[in-house]
Amino acid sequence: MSLLRHAILLLAVLSGTGVVATRDPVAQAVTLSFHGLVLSTLFFLHAAPDVALSQVVVGAVVLPLMFLLALAKVRRQRVTRPQGRR
Amino acid sequence: MTARGRLVLFAAGAGALFLALLAASARLPAGGYPGPYGTVLNRVAVLERHTTDVVAAVTYDYRGFDTMGEEMILFAAVAGAALLLRRTRSEWTGPEDLDHLPDRSVADPSDAVRVTLLLLVPVAITFGAYLAMHGQVSPGGGFQAGVVLVTAPLLVYLGTRARLLVEIAPGASVELGEGAGILGYLLTGVAGLVVGGDYLDNFLPLGRLADVFSAGTILALSVAVSLAVAAGLAQMLISFVEETLRQEG
Repeated sequence: MSLLRHAILLLAVLSGTGVVATRDPVAQAVTLSFHGLVLSTLFFLHAAPDVALSQVVVGAVVLPLMFLLALAKVRRQRVTRPQGRR
Repeated sequence: MTARGRLVLFAAGAGALFLALLAASARLPAGGYPGPYGTVLNRVAVLERHTTDVVAAVTYDYRGFDTMGEEMILFAAVAGAALLLRRTRSEWTGPEDLDHLPDRSVADPSDAVRVTLLLLVPVAITFGAYLAMHGQVSPGGGFQAGVVLVTAPLLVYLGTRARLLVEIAPGASVELGEGAGILGYLLTGVAGLVVGGDYLDNFLPLGRLADVFSAGTILALSVAVSLAVAAGLAQMLISFVEETLRQEG
């Protein structure tokens, strides 16, 4: 079990780096969702199933959703008012 | 500073951080958890509260007051988001005020997406209800149940048009649910005072271990919290998508 824990920890590090390395914010929401899923597996392997249940929904669904909705709002501003300050 | 200079500086800092992390992780206590509180809880909580989920016992019983504060935090955050995203009728200035480009309409999701997501809606509702009712016997509890329950209207929103989200979760019902959840938590605490104990005292019958109706007020508080969390997050989702609704009429 310790080997699996280390492997998932390494995967969490790699997916976190992947989130930062993604340039497009819309694609970043998808990698953020995957990172949340890996974190949830990490919590489960550390014998914390309650936290893992919360993290699955919050980290993999709600957070990327809020991210995308906020992006949609911000992009409207930038597109329909091009003469504003960039 | 040149790019190469920045890279050298970063490499030096990262190397030092890596060595420090190695040294720190080598000093972590071997054999996992060293402290006394977890061991004490494991020995005491199951018999005292007739619950097999010690985490729920801590969240809703031993530290129920802190959970009340956390629910207030969620309530305040949702109220703040709804406040910031509000758009009254007088501020609606016309078609250019939409949430997306005016010449592009919102596309309907494909049939495969719609069928798959709508088939998952009863799964989400059942699982959320199970988590809310079984917080005291298995991992789960109020917050987990609330976030799983909020995925049900979210699946409907993603699989169909946004108008359906407001039809199945109208603003008044969502606000009522959130208020009812918070009020349920507070009134359960007051009921503890009424029967002569402390605030948030576990006064309901403790029942038999591993029954669904056991562990006293943990079940009641868990259900109240799940209602508050589900309604709160649904409220936040609705306040985000209200702009899209205006275009669809």
